[in-house]
Amino acid sequence: MSGQATSVVPHARRRSVILEFCRQQPLGAASLVVILAMMFAGIFAELVAPYDPLTIDFAAMLAPPDAQHWAGTDAFGRDIFSRMIFGARTALVIGFTSSFIGSSIGAVVGATSAYFGGKIDAVIQRFVDILLSFPIIVLALVVVAVLGKAPIFGIDLNLIFAIAIPIVPNVARVVRAAALSVRAMPYIDAARAAGYSHVRIICRHMAPNLTAPYLIMVTAYIAQAILLEASLSFLGLGVSEPTPAWGLMLSGNATDFFRQAPWMILFPGLAISLAVFAFNLFGDAVRDWLDPKFKV
Amino acid sequence: MLRYVANRLLLMIPTLIGVAVLVFFMLRVIPGDVVEVKLRADGGSVTQETIDMERKRLGLDKPLLAQFGDWMVGLTTLDLGKSMWTDRPVVEEIGARLELSLQVAIMSAIVAVLIAVPLGTAAALMRGTWVDYVVRIVTIAGLATPAFWLGMLIMLGLLSAFNWLPPITFTPIYRDPVANLTQLIWPAMAVGYRYSAVVARMIRSSLLEVLNEDYIRTARAKGVYEKLVLSRHALRNAMLPAITVIGLEFAFLIGGLVVTEQVFNLNGIGQLFVQSVSRNDFTLIQGMVMMIALFYMLVNLAVDLLYAALDPRIRYQ
Repeated sequence: MSGQATSVVPHARRRSVILEFCRQQPLGAASLVVILAMMFAGIFAELVAPYDPLTIDFAAMLAPPDAQHWAGTDAFGRDIFSRMIFGARTALVIGFTSSFIGSSIGAVVGATSAYFGGKIDAVIQRFVDILLSFPIIVLALVVVAVLGKAPIFGIDLNLIFAIAIPIVPNVARVVRAAALSVRAMPYIDAARAAGYSHVRIICRHMAPNLTAPYLIMVTAYIAQAILLEASLSFLGLGVSEPTPAWGLMLSGNATDFFRQAPWMILFPGLAISLAVFAFNLFGDAVRDWLDPKFKV
Repeated sequence: MLRYVANRLLLMIPTLIGVAVLVFFMLRVIPGDVVEVKLRADGGSVTQETIDMERKRLGLDKPLLAQFGDWMVGLTTLDLGKSMWTDRPVVEEIGARLELSLQVAIMSAIVAVLIAVPLGTAAALMRGTWVDYVVRIVTIAGLATPAFWLGMLIMLGLLSAFNWLPPITFTPIYRDPVANLTQLIWPAMAVGYRYSAVVARMIRSSLLEVLNEDYIRTARAKGVYEKLVLSRHALRNAMLPAITVIGLEFAFLIGGLVVTEQVFNLNGIGQLFVQSVSRNDFTLIQGMVMMIALFYMLVNLAVDLLYAALDPRIRYQ
């Protein structure tokens, strides 16, 4: 009996948090639906997609959108709609992981910088300033030049780093600002007086108070990461063939078929825009919800 | 004032040295260089001897610190070295493409301001009405549309409407303004749309803030025409934060150009950067990174000076 009661309470509370988010942030909720739909399509791509994304079918080359191929086919007769669905998997995997990795490293750097202060802070901030003086795509390209390619399971690990690294200084700066005020709290002094190690104070005492800015940054940079992945793939320096990726679908021979097959350009671009649009809205909603005063 | 500018310029030197150290050693930590890309590109039939010779010719066989020293000595005399791929001086490679990219950048800044000022102002003045919502949708869409896709859509539109595509060869504006503008206005629009979205959002929020100020109420209470209240009192003050955004985004335009130049097949800085990255052309990458950093710092300084010129309360010593 009592076991039942305890299991019901947290469940009800969790549901009300989600409901509360939807009520306060209707736009955020709508974008969440789009995001969930994309995640569903990406995860179950094999089941959702009507065709295999890699099967070449010269009989159906450059076919316009119709009942068989909803978004037409490309120059190799590959079904564009199926490639978009598999592309969602690529975009989401890279978007989530690189935003998560970049924001996490950035948060650690920012919190450490704020905690130690003084010379360590000054040195770290100089580096952050230098990195911030480059557009993220330029930084990402330099990292690509440094690391080269290392594909594992069709996903390029180095590409994830190339996208994550430009996120680091941005997050580090924001988290540092938040961490400075946490650092000034009396309980941090108390923890130091108690003789706890630096690592323990940062992880156990500061980090829990920095979750709001951290979560805000993670969600905000997913959109950026997806856009960056698309741009790099478009330039031929991101995801490589034959892995389906939205940016890649727009690159190479897509422009050669402007006249005959405009759908080759329309649909993958729409997918990128929709994803970035949804994640931007969702990120804004999460920010307003967690911390209305927060400014990026 | 002059002292302030001189100080700022001097402060750029340590930062630039930091950039130089960072990019130089980052590029060289991981094995792999231009020689491998260049010689092994077509199958790998070259002997180790040829590779070593080419490395020696490019100075890649020297110890890292010696290479770095050579490069830094060159930097002090503005000599960025030679491209490892084409053997032409880096300064020449960049200079040949600077005009085109700079023009596209300036034009997209103009496009952005022309779109952003009316949109942002209208949204702030008609806050909460349908105008505000339309502007919001237009700007959020601007942030979500990749510039390269917009560029493709523009080309697609031109092709289906006029059966015409912009020319690929670059004509300087002083030689033939019409040919020049018909080529470059499209990429400028593709890049400018995103830019305008960022600026319009800034103008909207800063104008809303300014409209709540006491001096606006005072001006209205004095019976100043609403038009004058807006143009003289509100917009002038609201433009200040907007100028920061315009400047910072301008410094970052190279990011938009990197992909957009590819779409329109423009032989500019962005395309050069992508090329140098895919060729592992270290000296060229280094040179361009230094240039981008310097450009960013100069634009920042210009924004700060402009700020002082527009706002009499700000004075630099």
